[in-house]
Formats: sequence, C-alpha cells, structure tokens
Amino acid sequence: MNRRDIFQKTGFTLLALCMAANIVFLGTILWFIVSRGLPAISWEFLTAAPRDAMTAGGIAPAILGTLYLTLGAVIVALPLGVACAVYLTEYSPKGWTVNAIRISVNNLAGVPSVVFGLFGLAVFVKGAGFGVSILSGSLTLGMLALPLIISASQEALIAVPQSIREASLALGASRWETIRKVVLPAALPGILTGVILSVGRAAGETAPILFTAAAFYLKGYPDSVFSEVMALPYHIYALMTEGTHPEAQTRIAYGSSLVLLALVLAMSMLAIYIRQRQRRTYHA
Amino acid sequence: MNTPKERFIKLLFTAAAFSSLALLAGIIIVLFREALPVFSFVSPLAFLGGESWYPTAEPPEFGIWPLIAASAWVTGIALVICVPLGVGSALYLHELAGPRQRAVLKPVIEVLASVPSIIYGFFGMTVMAPFMQEAFGLPIGLCALTAGVILGVMATPTVASIAEDALGYVPRSFREASFALGANRWETLVKVIIPAAGSGISTAIILGMSRAIGETMTVLMVAGGAAVVPASVFDPVRPMTAAIAAEMGEAAVGGEHYHALFAIALALFLVTFVFNAAAELISRRYRLKLGLAR
Repeated sequence: MNRRDIFQKTGFTLLALCMAANIVFLGTILWFIVSRGLPAISWEFLTAAPRDAMTAGGIAPAILGTLYLTLGAVIVALPLGVACAVYLTEYSPKGWTVNAIRISVNNLAGVPSVVFGLFGLAVFVKGAGFGVSILSGSLTLGMLALPLIISASQEALIAVPQSIREASLALGASRWETIRKVVLPAALPGILTGVILSVGRAAGETAPILFTAAAFYLKGYPDSVFSEVMALPYHIYALMTEGTHPEAQTRIAYGSSLVLLALVLAMSMLAIYIRQRQRRTYHA
Repeated sequence: MNTPKERFIKLLFTAAAFSSLALLAGIIIVLFREALPVFSFVSPLAFLGGESWYPTAEPPEFGIWPLIAASAWVTGIALVICVPLGVGSALYLHELAGPRQRAVLKPVIEVLASVPSIIYGFFGMTVMAPFMQEAFGLPIGLCALTAGVILGVMATPTVASIAEDALGYVPRSFREASFALGANRWETLVKVIIPAAGSGISTAIILGMSRAIGETMTVLMVAGGAAVVPASVFDPVRPMTAAIAAEMGEAAVGGEHYHALFAIALALFLVTFVFNAAAELISRRYRLKLGLAR
C-alpha cells in the first residue's frame, strides 16, 4: 500500500467513526431511558393520577395534558401552515412578498423555543388575558410548529409534478379545483409527514409551555381550555428540580421520560415510514 | 378563470401566507416593547458588559455578561463536538454508505434529532453529570463542559443532515473530472468536494451553532446555574436561555426583572436572527455558484 492509499484508508475510517458516534449516542440514551424507565411502567402508572406528594401513582394527567396541548397546536398551525405553503407554491407571484414570507419562515424556524415562550406569555397569557392555560400553551406551541409545517408542506407541494397540474387545468378545472382535487391529494403523504414530525417536536417542547400552560401538580383533570394543565416534558423537569423525595421522583421521571420518548419516537418513525413508502411509489 | 370565488379563495391563501410574516413581526415588536424599558434603569453598556447578575438583590444588579459568557462557552464546547462529528457523518453518508446503509443511518440521525431536549437534559442530569464528576474528580458534575458536550450531541444531527444536503448539490462532473486527473476517492473528497460544498457546510455549522445557543432545557438542567463568568470548563454556568427559563416564573410582570429577562431574550433573538440570516445568505450564494438557483 502506498502513502495515498494509507491516507485514504485512515480518512475513511475516521468518517466511519463519526457516523458510528451517532449510533452510540442514540444507543446510550435509549439504553438508559428504557432500562431504567421500564421498571416504573405499569398499568397504574399510565392510567392513574399522581399521589403521595408525587412519589407514587401515575402520570395520566400529564400524558393527557400533552395530548391536549399538541392537538391544540395542530389545530392552530395546520390550516395556517398548509395554506401558506399552498400560496407560496401554487399562487406565488414572483416578487418581494414571496421572498419576505420565505425569509420570515426560515427565521421563525430558528427562533429559540424559550423566546416563543416569552412571546406567548406577553401576548396570550397577559395581553389577551387567557392566563396560564391550555389555550395559551396550544397557541404558543402552534406558533412554534407553524414554520415546520410550512416548510414540510412546501416541499411536498413542490414534489408534485408540474404535468399533472397542467393536465388538470387543460381539462378546464379552475386553479382552486386543481389545488383541491389534484395537487393536495398528491402532496398529502408529504404534508402528513411534516405534520407528524412537527407534532413530535411540539409534544416534546418544554420551554414554550413553562410560563404559558404547565403546572407541576393539579388536583383532577382540566375542565376547559382555560385550565392550567400538566404536561409530560414539564412533569419530568419539575420532578427533577422540585419536591422533597429525589429518589422516588427520579424513578417516576425515568418512567415519564420513557413514555415521552416512546410517544415522540413513534411519531418520527411513522413519519419516516410514510416518506419511504411514498418515495417508492414515486420511483415505481 | 377569474371568478369572484377564485379571487376570494386566493385572498384567503394570501392572508394565511402573511401569517408567518405577521408572527415574526409580532415577536420582534413584543420583544422590543417588553425589553426596552430595561434601559430606563440600566445603561445598555452596563447591561451587556456588567459582571454582576443579581436581579433579586436589593438594590438589584442587571449585568448579563456572565450569562453571555456562559452561552459562548457552552456553544463553543458544543461546536468542538458537533462540527467534526456532524460533518464527518455527512461525508460518510454521502461518500461511503451504500443505499442499504443509508436506509438505516439516515433514520438514526433523524431519530436522534427528534429526541426532545428535556430528555437530553434529564439524561445529562442523571447519567452524564455523575459520570463527569467521577471522571474529572469534580465537586459537582453540572458544569459548562457537561452542558457543552450534551449540546454538541444534540446539534450533531442538525449539522449532519444540512451538510449532507449541501454535499448532494455538488455536481457529478466535479468528481468525474477529479478522478480523470488521477486523484483517488479521498483526494477527490478533500480537495474537490469539500471545497465545492464549503459554503453549504458552513451553513450547516452556523445553523448547528444557532440551535446550540437557543437550546434551553438542557442547559437549564445541566449547566449548573451559577451566574458567574466562568474561569474553566468545569465551572457551573448560567447561559442566557437558562436564566430566562429559570427566573421568568418568579419575576413580577412589568417589573425590572421581567423587562431585563425580555432584554436577554431580545439579545438572544438578535444573535440567532443574524446567524440564520447569514446561513440563508451563504446557502443562496452557494446554490447560485453551483448554478442551482431556485
């Protein structure tokens, strides 16, 4: 082997090690959360409310709260996000408006989540008077998910071949009919992927709900959109930073982390699966 | 085709499209409105450069230099980890992995990217911090280094996936020309592909950095929380995001502390805004350079 081959061999080995590091990271995190979380999981853990000062019982209110908040975020962000993407790809007159919107979407995606939290606090909790509530939290998470849904939907819409739009228009369909009956159905799997991914993101976010929705402990379940709510990510944070029984609380925090991780990873794997299946149909 | 119904529907979509613009404008307006009152009781220079952050003392002191330094330290440590690992993974995926490997490895990176930050924070607190404490003989494992390492792990998939996209834009002909001149695969990679994808890779690094600076829960749980200018990587620190998240709950709305925290958020927003704008600009010019303007 000459020097050039040795360089190449060493270089490629280094690259393989970098890639392997990702697998090691993921494996380590999964290993600790699963192996320490599983013992905490039981039917009661998933379906009962916490008791004995958060040292026993279950996390059902937190699971339910996360579902409420995420659902609320989707209701806020999905119609707006898809409509924005449709405008950008289907109607967009080239010009400064489209550029301004595109730049704002890119920048929104980079805004730190804690800044969204402050925005929600100032605008929804205080300004609009919704208080610390499901409504404020959902709106805040929706704002956070909006740029994600827009860019995913845009990508899905761009991937729809131009020819089928032209075919539809040639048959006399109007622009709206073309969008509704041809373009959107074709882009649906892609949009769905984006929605699922942003749902996973919203479900795991903590900083935006710190001041807008979350409570450490609530007696009973929320009864309206103006109630405070328990949520899985905040529950984990609170268990680790508040309270007086660190050992019992850490155990519950491991269980809660496993539930949250399972929820989020199930969604991202579903999204990956849908996308890979979709890719196969396009290439077929 | 221009019936009133069609025009009305177009109007609806236009309105929805402007929502993102309105939201960004709203964020900027709210941040400025809630942050600017801070300068009625502390000068901009004393705010940014002051070394004492005692917001609840009597009289309170609002110098955020320790928080800025903390953010810079943990982000710097994160970069040391996420740049080589992220770019290396992207090169591996692009150059060496066959379709079968890619089908497994790309999802690994995506799944790693979708792990919520609270889980990273929790993992850092319960596994990483005790490990660091043991390994370096520290009094407490919650410090700038621990937080930086975890942030680096979190930012790696971000860097990897954006850098991989950038590598995909390099035209095939570049590679073929290099092979034709007798270069082997490694030489082609280092001397042709990486330089050609250079600005795309820098976009990836900037966005990874932006992600690390804005990350909240991890640093809140793992960085240690002391608002002191760090002297070593083993010192506990309180980055800007952690200060906001930890203190906003107890700050009275409309009080000095509240406005000071909004001012930190504004500073944070401006920094990430500049990073994102730079990334956008670089990647646009990059696509132009390779003739891929879109």
